[in-house]
Order: sequence, then C-alpha cells, then structure tokens
Amino acid sequence: MKKIAFLLMIVMAISLFAGCAKSTDTVTLNVLNWGDYIDEELITRFEDETGIKINYTTLANNEEMLVKLQQEDCIYDLCFPSDYIIEKLIGMDLLHEINKDNIPNLKNIDPRFMDLDFDPDNKYSIPYMWGTVGILYNTTMVDDPVNSWDILWNEKYSGQILMYNSIRDTIGITLMKLGCSINTRNEADIAAAEEALIAQKPLVQAYLGDDIKDRMIGGGAALAVVYSGDAMWCMDPEDGNPDLAYSCPDSGTNLWFDNIIIPKTSKHAAEAEKFIDFLCEPDVAAQNAEYIGYSTPNSAALELMGAGYIDNPTYNPDPAYLEKCEIFHDLGDFINVYNDAWMRIISK
Amino acid sequence: MKLKRQVFSYPYIVWMLIFILVPMLLIVLFAFRSDEGLTLGNITSVLSNEIYMEVLGRSIWIALKATAICLILGYPIAYILSTMNKRKAAILYVLFIVPMWMNFLLRTYAWQVLLDSNGVLNTLLELLGLPSQQILYTEGAVMLGTVYNFLPFMVLPIYSVLVKLDRSLVEAAADLGANPITCFIKVVLPQSVPGIISGITMVFIPAITTFAISRLLGGGKFLLYGDLIENQFITLGQSAWPVGSALSFILLILVLLSMAVMRRAERDSGDEGGMLW
Repeated sequence: MKKIAFLLMIVMAISLFAGCAKSTDTVTLNVLNWGDYIDEELITRFEDETGIKINYTTLANNEEMLVKLQQEDCIYDLCFPSDYIIEKLIGMDLLHEINKDNIPNLKNIDPRFMDLDFDPDNKYSIPYMWGTVGILYNTTMVDDPVNSWDILWNEKYSGQILMYNSIRDTIGITLMKLGCSINTRNEADIAAAEEALIAQKPLVQAYLGDDIKDRMIGGGAALAVVYSGDAMWCMDPEDGNPDLAYSCPDSGTNLWFDNIIIPKTSKHAAEAEKFIDFLCEPDVAAQNAEYIGYSTPNSAALELMGAGYIDNPTYNPDPAYLEKCEIFHDLGDFINVYNDAWMRIISK
Repeated sequence: MKLKRQVFSYPYIVWMLIFILVPMLLIVLFAFRSDEGLTLGNITSVLSNEIYMEVLGRSIWIALKATAICLILGYPIAYILSTMNKRKAAILYVLFIVPMWMNFLLRTYAWQVLLDSNGVLNTLLELLGLPSQQILYTEGAVMLGTVYNFLPFMVLPIYSVLVKLDRSLVEAAADLGANPITCFIKVVLPQSVPGIISGITMVFIPAITTFAISRLLGGGKFLLYGDLIENQFITLGQSAWPVGSALSFILLILVLLSMAVMRRAERDSGDEGGMLW
C-alpha cells in the first residue's frame, strides 16, 4: 500500500508539472483504478484514437478509494469502485449522472447486470467487471473436497491459509460460514464472526491483498480466499500455476460488481463518458477481460472470447448458482461496528 | 560570507515549515478537536482502549528487543571496524552505508523473497538436506526486518566515537598491567557511551514508529502501533482522523520523552556523541 502511495505521489507530482505545461488544448483524464485492472495497451490505444490523455493511478482497496473520492478537491475523472461503495457514494451525492446518449455501446452489456439494487436504472454507474468470492486451492496440498467455508477453519491446513486484509470480504465470508447475511446489522452476528476469526488466526499464514496471487502461484500456501477474477489470473495456463483450482461453497457466496463511475467533481465528464463508451466496445472489452481475467458483463465481448470462457464455471458461473449469492450493501454508520471488530481481530 | 550562508538556508527553512511543522500542528489540532470545540475525548478514548494499549505495549517491547539485538550485534562490528587499518575500514564502512541509499521498503520486499517458503533461504536449507522453515509472516521475520533495517544506525555512531578514541590510553592501561578485558571495560567502553546512546536513540525511535515492516514480513498478523495509525487514516476514512491524530500525538510525546531521556544520559556521560542527525 505504501508502495502504491509512493507511486501515486510521483504520478501526482508529475501531473502537477504536466498540467502547468499544457493545459490549453489536450484534456487529461485522471483515472483511479485497482492494480492489474485494465490492459494498459488499451489506454494507449484510446489516447491515440482520441487525443485525450489518460493519467492512470492505482490503489489497493475500496475503503482507500472512498477516502479519496470524499475529498473536496478530488481530482479524479473515472473510478471503478464496488457495488456497496457506489451505493454509499450515491447516498452522499458524489457521483455525476451519466449521460447515456454518449455511451451507445451500452447496448452490449448483458441486461442481467443492469439496473441492480445499488444503482437502479444505472443512473450513475456502468458495469465494468463482476465475479464471485471463493476458495483458490492447490490440488497437490489439499485432498479434502473444497465445497464449504469450513475448510478455512480446518486445523490440518494450519499455516497454509491466506485471507484478505479487507474488512468487508473477510468478515463477510465468516458471516456466510455462520449462516448470517453478509449485510447483517446485528451486533451479535458480528461478535460471533469476530470470535470465529480470532479462533482461526493461528491457522492463518497471512492477511494479504494483491500479494495473494503471487503467493498462490508460487505454491506458498494451500488455500486462499480470492475473487474469481484473481483465481482466473492464478490458474492462467501460461503464467499461472496448473495445480490451482477454484471453488465456491455450495451454500452460495458473495456476488460482486465493479462499475465505472464519474465523480461529480470531474471537469471532463464528456471525455470520461467517451472513455466508458470505448471500454464497452466489444473487441476492447474482450481484450481487457482476457488480459485481467475478470468476468465481463459485456455479452458481445463474451461471445468474441469464445467457448473457453463461456463454458468455464469460474469465469461464467451457472446463473442458477448466482441466485444463491448475496451482494454487499452499504451499511451506513453500522460499518463502525465492523471496523472495530476488524481492529480487534488484527490486533490480537 | 556568513550572511550568504544564512540566505541559502531560507528555502530549507520554508520547506521544513510547510512540510514538517504544519502537518505536525494539524495532527495536534485534530487530536484535540471535536465538533463542539476543544476536547480531551480523543486522547482519553485512545488511552482507555485496551486493544490500542496492547498494540502500543507490543510495539515498545519489539522496539526494545530490536534495539538490544542491534546493540549486541552492532558494538562488536563497530569495534572491529575501528581497529582495522583505515583503508579496509573505509571500504567496509561504505558497504554498510550503500544499502541505506536504497529505499527501506525495497529492502524489505527483498527480504520477502529471501524468506519465502520457496525462497533463497529455504532452497539453501533443502540443498543441505535440512527441512524448510516457514520464516516469512512470523514475529521472527518482523524482528529480522527491523534489526536489518536499523543496524547501520547503531554501528555508525558507535564507530565514529571509537575511531576517534585515543589508542595511547589503551596502551597505557595495558602497560600498567590491565588485561585486554579490563582494558575494554575500564577504558574503551566508558569512552564510547555517547556513541551507544545516540545509537540506541536512532534505532529505538524509528523501530517504535515503523509500520511497513510488520505488514510486509508479518503478513498483517503482528499489528504495530504505526500500522494502527496508518489503518485509521487509510482504511477507516475521515471519521477516524481524530482518533488517528490522537494515536499519533501519543506516539509523538513518547518519542520526545525518550529523546529527552537519551539527551540527558548523553549530557551526563560528558562527551558529544557521534550523532548522524
């Protein structure tokens, strides 16, 4: 995270000077995204096609992104937050209402990813990627069936388990294991999850972020909680590890969406919409999704990507299974109960 | 000439004011502010929070241990360096400083690779027919990273005192019948106290405030006080800033206190120490 912050500072310092030098004709879009979450070749292509410059910055988690977007002098024109953060941002009136006339390629998006609860009618956000949360495991180290969260509490795999250092995800899967809603506002549920996670802590090798991918590819752990897209990345036949497999618990899991938004403070909303439209072009979306490994909501793109993706249960889970999954919602101030529990878990 | 030099320092002073003093004042302001005005509430809520205090205790304990290990390792290194011939010592001295030119995060990332279960160290162990060890993401790894990163800060001040030490005093003691051990304890050690004290200050203070090492090498399982502050600002967001500032303020006081204690000890020992800053 520090590394990213450092890079961010450099980028900001450079953009400061760049901004001074030529602010007259070329528009620069400041894009804030997760690491490894766009094929950067596409940025160059967009710049060449339109003459609009992209200043690309990355960071590590939703909570950090929220802090950045809440700042009054927010400089970003495009962001890719998750569902519950979008709900919160809409509630705080921080998002620009997207002019859909500028995004004709919206027709390529599968209707089942439009008009979701967190942003009815997609007034403020356009689907970018989606996926599930599940367990990535190394088949040479795990001989039990991986079909429930309970395996992450199995003492047999002590020191071989990696968890996310992310509040909602890690507490969320624990709530699912306990049979509670991942959006619970019941303090007793949170207390039970806290107790379970503290009990699990001696078995956990580490709480990591994006490093989970490298550790799993390198065979450094047996089991890890990952997003489906990261699982695709780790299981990639060329750069990944062929021993890895991904499985979601039979009882269901967290279904998530990362959408593209434009902060209200953006001075280049029209150009930002142009970039969104570009990302929704079938060939662009296909190239992007193949590069980052996350599931695309763009049905025209999925068609281009072929059967290898369409028939892959990690990439394109059965719609019937998705019925059993739950989407995160903004918790309002109740998030503080989650935060406090999380601080106790990691401080113990 | 003198006036000219002062002029040159102005940009530096302005820089310090803007980027060091102002942020510090902001921390103090946030720590004592609430919606209604000035308050001690943020500080007392931190002080009465068991978890925060436990983390603070752990950080102090780890910093003390790291400082002790640095002293035990660093003193002999500094002593050996000071007794070597000048050219050899100069080369070794530079070798000690060179890694410090690299950002300490990069050096810590390098340790991740070395300690990894499939890393260099374990590959070596396997070659020797020994069982591989899970070192990464343990408290031992955090300690190793801390000692590694701060060891030069212990060696250099002690070395700079020892190298100036008057060798004829040691010879005189030996002439008068003191054996090498007595020579060391009665002559060398007392004269190197200022170096030891500044070494301890320069290791203990960064060690107690460090935050990245415990995450990179401890895998988020050994939260230190610095991580706690980082968490308040980065993941919990704006509503946690007052508490984050209160945590920072308490650390600031602790650091100032320990510096005062060290300064005092240094003054009592008489000589000027070999401070690096």
